[in-house]
Amino acid sequence: MHELGIVNYVVKQVEKLAVENELTRVESVTLEFGEVSGVVPSYLVKYWDWYVKKEEHAALLGDSVLKYETLPAITWCDNCKGQYPTVQYGKTCPYCGSGETWLLKGQEMNIKEIVAE
Amino acid sequence: MDKYKVIEVKESIFADNDKDADKLRAQLKEQGTFLLNLMSSPGSGKTTTLKAVLERIKDKINVGVMEADIDSDVDAAAIQDIGVRSIQLHTGGMCHLDADMTRQGINEFGTDDLDMVVLENVGNLVCPAEFDTGAVKNAMILSVPEGHDKPLKYPLVFTVCDILIINKIDVMPYFDFDMAKVEEYAHMRNPDLKIFPISAKTGEGVDALCDWLLEQVAEWKK
Repeated sequence: MHELGIVNYVVKQVEKLAVENELTRVESVTLEFGEVSGVVPSYLVKYWDWYVKKEEHAALLGDSVLKYETLPAITWCDNCKGQYPTVQYGKTCPYCGSGETWLLKGQEMNIKEIVAE
Repeated sequence: MDKYKVIEVKESIFADNDKDADKLRAQLKEQGTFLLNLMSSPGSGKTTTLKAVLERIKDKINVGVMEADIDSDVDAAAIQDIGVRSIQLHTGGMCHLDADMTRQGINEFGTDDLDMVVLENVGNLVCPAEFDTGAVKNAMILSVPEGHDKPLKYPLVFTVCDILIINKIDVMPYFDFDMAKVEEYAHMRNPDLKIFPISAKTGEGVDALCDWLLEQVAEWKK
């Protein structure tokens, strides 16, 4: 259900960009997700394939493929001023053991590019 | 391959929504209306908490409630029963409200004369957190039976909120709910999060929450 909301948003943005760029048929849309964005890409693809076949979207997006790339999550340690991979070590800094750590990146949800006619 | 164009977009999926949200906040500032976005799981006591709060502040400020649900109007009816203006928004199957839906609701509702509008978002801890509704402040309710580990499981909603209301503290003796733990976990996500333990049923702690809201409304109208 969460992924469906995102698909709905991506379709809206792509339709807007299609008008701006005079696109008539979209071949593929590539998204980028941070590792800790909480999105399950396989659900996105499943919902995408269903959603773009709907009458109001089919002409532009009906045959399009949704692709995705993952962006790494990086955490900053306020104590030792270091950075480390979030997914591997979580909230605790592997260098100094501090819990005073903040996520630098990894929650992104971006549209990277559109390939279209 | 020549017939294909590659459009480099490189922007957040939510870019348009974020712009809409900023526009709505500017409109609300202009008209002097404070908008609170209230999020929680289904069954945490959002409507009961709202009723307890509204009973205490409805004579002090002009307040209205926008109820967002996938279907039905039971919540809007419950708010009207205590003499507060309310409108029911249906999200048409969507699991959250975005800024554009909120703006439509605000304009339909007619909020020029209101000091505060509370938006009761769809009961869900995931999607509503991702969409800026255009609210001035974000609040969430976590109820005791849900458990103290929720900040670990749904980190984003705790990150985007200004206040955390812990409801149903009257039943704490019956649950393994650790108040110190929930505060620790929540502050790990968001050190600035203000926490209000309350019981909407007995009224415990509700006055402190009302005071905070009235302060925020006064601040926004400056």
